[in-house]
Amino acid sequence: MLTLILLAIPLFAAALSMVAGAKNARTLALGAGILELIVTLAAFFVNGKEGSEALLTFNREWIGPLGISYAFSLDGISLVMALLVALLLPIIIYASFNRTFKHPQYFYGLMLLMAASMMGAFTTTDGLLFYVFYEFALIPIYFMILHWSENPDKAKITLKFFIYTLFGSLFMLVSLLYLYNISGSFNMQALYEAGRSLSGSEQGWVFAGFFIAFAVKIPVFPFHSWQPATYDSAPTAGTMLLAGIMLKMAAYGMVRIVVPALPEGVSEYGTWALALSAISVLYASGMAIAQQRYKLLIAWSSIAHLGVLSAGILSGNAQGIQGGIMEMLSHGILSVALFFVYDILESRLHHDDMRKMGGIREVNPLFAFLFFTIVMGSVALPLTSGFVGEFLLLLGFYQVSPWLTAAAGLTVVLGAVYMLRAFQSMMLGAASPAMHSFAPLNTHEKTVLTILVVLVIVLGIYPDPILSVANPSVESLLQGLNR
Amino acid sequence: MEKLVTLIPLFPLAGFLFITFLGKGLSKNFIGGIGSGAIFLSFLVSVLVFTTQMHGAHPTVVKAFDWITAGSFDIDISFLVDPLSAIYLLFITGVGFLIHLYSIGYMHEDEGFNRFIAYLNLFVFFMLILILGDSYLTMFVGWEGVGVCSFMLIGFWYKDMKNNDAAKKAFIVNRIGDLGLILGMCLLFAYSGTLRFDELFISGRAIAGLPNDVATTIGILLFIGAMGKSAQIPLHTWLPDAMAGPTPVSALIHAATMVTAGIYMVARSSNLYAMTESASELIMWAGILTSLMGATIALTQNDIKKVLAYSTVSQLGLMFVALGMGAYSTAVFHVITHAFFKALLFLGSGSVIHGMGGEQDIRRMGGLKKHMPTTHLTFLIGTIAIAGIFPFAGFFSKDQIIAVAFEENKLMFVLGLVVSACTAFYMFRLYFLTFTGKFRGTHEQEHHLHESPAVMTMPLVILAVLSVVGGFIGLPHAVGESMHMHWHWLDHYLDGTVVMPGLHMDLNTELMLMGLATLIAVGGIYFAWTKYVKRGELALEDKDIRSASHKLLLNKYWFDELYDAIIRKPVDGISKAFGSVVEPKIIDGLVEGTGEATGATGGKLRLLQSGSLFFYILLFIVGLIALLLYI
Repeated sequence: MLTLILLAIPLFAAALSMVAGAKNARTLALGAGILELIVTLAAFFVNGKEGSEALLTFNREWIGPLGISYAFSLDGISLVMALLVALLLPIIIYASFNRTFKHPQYFYGLMLLMAASMMGAFTTTDGLLFYVFYEFALIPIYFMILHWSENPDKAKITLKFFIYTLFGSLFMLVSLLYLYNISGSFNMQALYEAGRSLSGSEQGWVFAGFFIAFAVKIPVFPFHSWQPATYDSAPTAGTMLLAGIMLKMAAYGMVRIVVPALPEGVSEYGTWALALSAISVLYASGMAIAQQRYKLLIAWSSIAHLGVLSAGILSGNAQGIQGGIMEMLSHGILSVALFFVYDILESRLHHDDMRKMGGIREVNPLFAFLFFTIVMGSVALPLTSGFVGEFLLLLGFYQVSPWLTAAAGLTVVLGAVYMLRAFQSMMLGAASPAMHSFAPLNTHEKTVLTILVVLVIVLGIYPDPILSVANPSVESLLQGLNR
Repeated sequence: MEKLVTLIPLFPLAGFLFITFLGKGLSKNFIGGIGSGAIFLSFLVSVLVFTTQMHGAHPTVVKAFDWITAGSFDIDISFLVDPLSAIYLLFITGVGFLIHLYSIGYMHEDEGFNRFIAYLNLFVFFMLILILGDSYLTMFVGWEGVGVCSFMLIGFWYKDMKNNDAAKKAFIVNRIGDLGLILGMCLLFAYSGTLRFDELFISGRAIAGLPNDVATTIGILLFIGAMGKSAQIPLHTWLPDAMAGPTPVSALIHAATMVTAGIYMVARSSNLYAMTESASELIMWAGILTSLMGATIALTQNDIKKVLAYSTVSQLGLMFVALGMGAYSTAVFHVITHAFFKALLFLGSGSVIHGMGGEQDIRRMGGLKKHMPTTHLTFLIGTIAIAGIFPFAGFFSKDQIIAVAFEENKLMFVLGLVVSACTAFYMFRLYFLTFTGKFRGTHEQEHHLHESPAVMTMPLVILAVLSVVGGFIGLPHAVGESMHMHWHWLDHYLDGTVVMPGLHMDLNTELMLMGLATLIAVGGIYFAWTKYVKRGELALEDKDIRSASHKLLLNKYWFDELYDAIIRKPVDGISKAFGSVVEPKIIDGLVEGTGEATGATGGKLRLLQSGSLFFYILLFIVGLIALLLYI
């Protein structure tokens, strides 16, 4: 039941927003976001209690002869993913209050629509529905960028983004249908059994299809080239949705489908995918080091961290997957925080060239302090959320491939290089006259940044509520695999 | 009783939070009192905990809360109380308290006073977590935490970019070591299934089954972490630059506590290192090379803090030599005495800098003896202690390292004596040029010269006393026995916690070695005295330096320039090539090419824009809701 409510809230709110008009659009959206969060927390609360099954799952046949059903379930993994959506949605909406948009009813409506579709992808247990939700999420973000971007090249950029990711997903569809051919049902368990019944090399091909689709979305080198320009030209809220939540659908797909269904395909025929993930870390870190503009640096650093995420999850052991789940949540929070910092800079300076900044700390120590904490989360310092995920990912990855882990582990060093360089050139030094007019944070900005920083610290010190909710589901997911 | 151990890190954490969030507008003395008081409370509890350990209490794990669970991987935030952690707690909180006290005076005029005390508190918190952590991972929390505090404190005066660069360098070089440590933990977990010290070394002995080559690899990887934190070749270059931070930071973090974390970790893992000859040998060689390098560079430096920084690098090297030879308790012994006299020397140099109005070049000093009597006397005591003159603290701990080397490895023994000679020379060079002779600074400086206030000199006096008597916790075995004293209290205390080498020397050999070490030290002092006092020579100005070897040392063997050429520049170059060629021309070029080839498709999709966007959206939503209602 709760799963349907989680879908219905953003969906109805989106419709209501578009009908109700511009005036109350953002308040309505924020209300829906908060309601979504409350329902998710309620689901967390009932999870594990007796008789919670009926509340957390829903299953009804849709197209019976084709084995497609409306099946949703909030197991431990999906719960954390639902939390990712429900936690970030109200924050992203509230963060957008800083700006005024033309047609806000559609802007916020599209955001809610996107949230609904991501929520669907994270909670469904039907393979085809997953695909549908996964694809549908593209549409709102496409329009968001197209209509609210200030980039003159937006038509070209959005088209590339749209076609590239749509094209990538076709590979997933092919793999999915291949499995369906065997199982005759899109039910996840049936897909797992179908996948495991395949020979190693067949699994390898099916895996390749899934991986290419997910690698485009995450993105993993060399399928990433749509991402920096898209992040750059999207309105900040759109970038937050993309980086914070949307691309996690791909990582989640690896957890939910690839690892349990194609164990041999990954472990014996998937080394190339692990290698690409590791290369992705190094390549994107190198690109991040070369950037002069803050937003692009953040975009590249995101790719670097997601390379570790992809490699860790594909390791297919409990450490890698738990790390992946934790990292998805943490990366979501940190991405929203880092892009919000961009929004603050941009609203004051109207540029994000780091060479032209410097000395902001002297003028605005609070902003510098909050940003520093976010930077530390991003470089995965212990007691920040970033560490728990990244360490577990590396720990999982190491058990599969020590050498590639050593390469991907360089993110520990390179991440510090580009993040500290950014922090230093933006915040430290003596303030130039141009920076003296840097306005203090308003209440709204303070609130958003403080919430995010508190989340980064609290989840770093006490990630147990997340990890212990996910752990039983991860163990049952891996049951029957020889790892 | 052990339950109280949780309080030890909590006091400084509370101090940090209080000063950061509630400290605005309170007086500096009050803030200083809160900061120092927090550490003093930790010290008191540490004394209690130490006392129970001294009386033979069993090692105890005190759990704070669940931290990370992932399948069979399960790590809590828990604290391990055993003799090793207890003695570290004692000197960290003790020396830490004195340095906090000193900082009240030293930083009093600084506008960032509150921030400074808060950071120091946070540092001590993380240092205590490092020592108390009951697993490698919990230790790593402290390990990284002290690294960040070090970053914040080196770059404390953040308006000067030079300081920020030094801070960034420290953090990044340390991160290279940390990667080694992380990989070491991964390998350890992959083979033994745990990262907890008690399961690995005490109750479970999970390391017993490790194959030898695996143990060696783990040992080396963990040691890479130690190289970063404890500034061993090739990861030593950050420590001298770290002197950009305020002097109390140099004393607390970059001499007495944080930089000895690497030694702590290796000693904590003594059971592992005892299994692997090759990793131990690597540690020994890295240690002696670092020690020689540091000692020789220190001969030529003219910045009072740089001399002490290289001296620290050199002394840390000696500690690793001891670890590499399997004398874990001996290394810990030297850590403790070194904490006393090096903190003293740094604080003394701070007092000098304070009196000199910020001047750090010893070529501009001289004759400070009569202006700063307390600083002078305590600095002299510290100098004698580090030079290794009987019966000062440094004598016993250094002598023990030399003695172990004599038994284990004659080459190390000889090189160790070379380091001793250099140490005695450069320390007395520093002392003579600073405190004796004629004043060489400006008139204005001379006019301002003054002894520091009591809040600064009192810690100096206490540390001076400790530098005199601190060595008595480790009297040489045979000597101690012959004097019917409690022979080597420290070895006795640590027996069973770290692996003991089982070294037994007769009285004559021990006395002979003590005599030889003293002779060497006295020789170094005599040489410095002849050069700088008797002949009245002064350190050369940079432009007058001709000899190639002198230039080599003055430029620190060109390590920085080398790394710049073989690491920093290539990384930047590759990054630039990624950005300007690989990404736009190759990767994106391929994608764009494919896109253009299918241009027709693109043209059709573009039509989407010409239709009414909002109509489409509405249609989507209606459709979706219809689906939902259908359910």
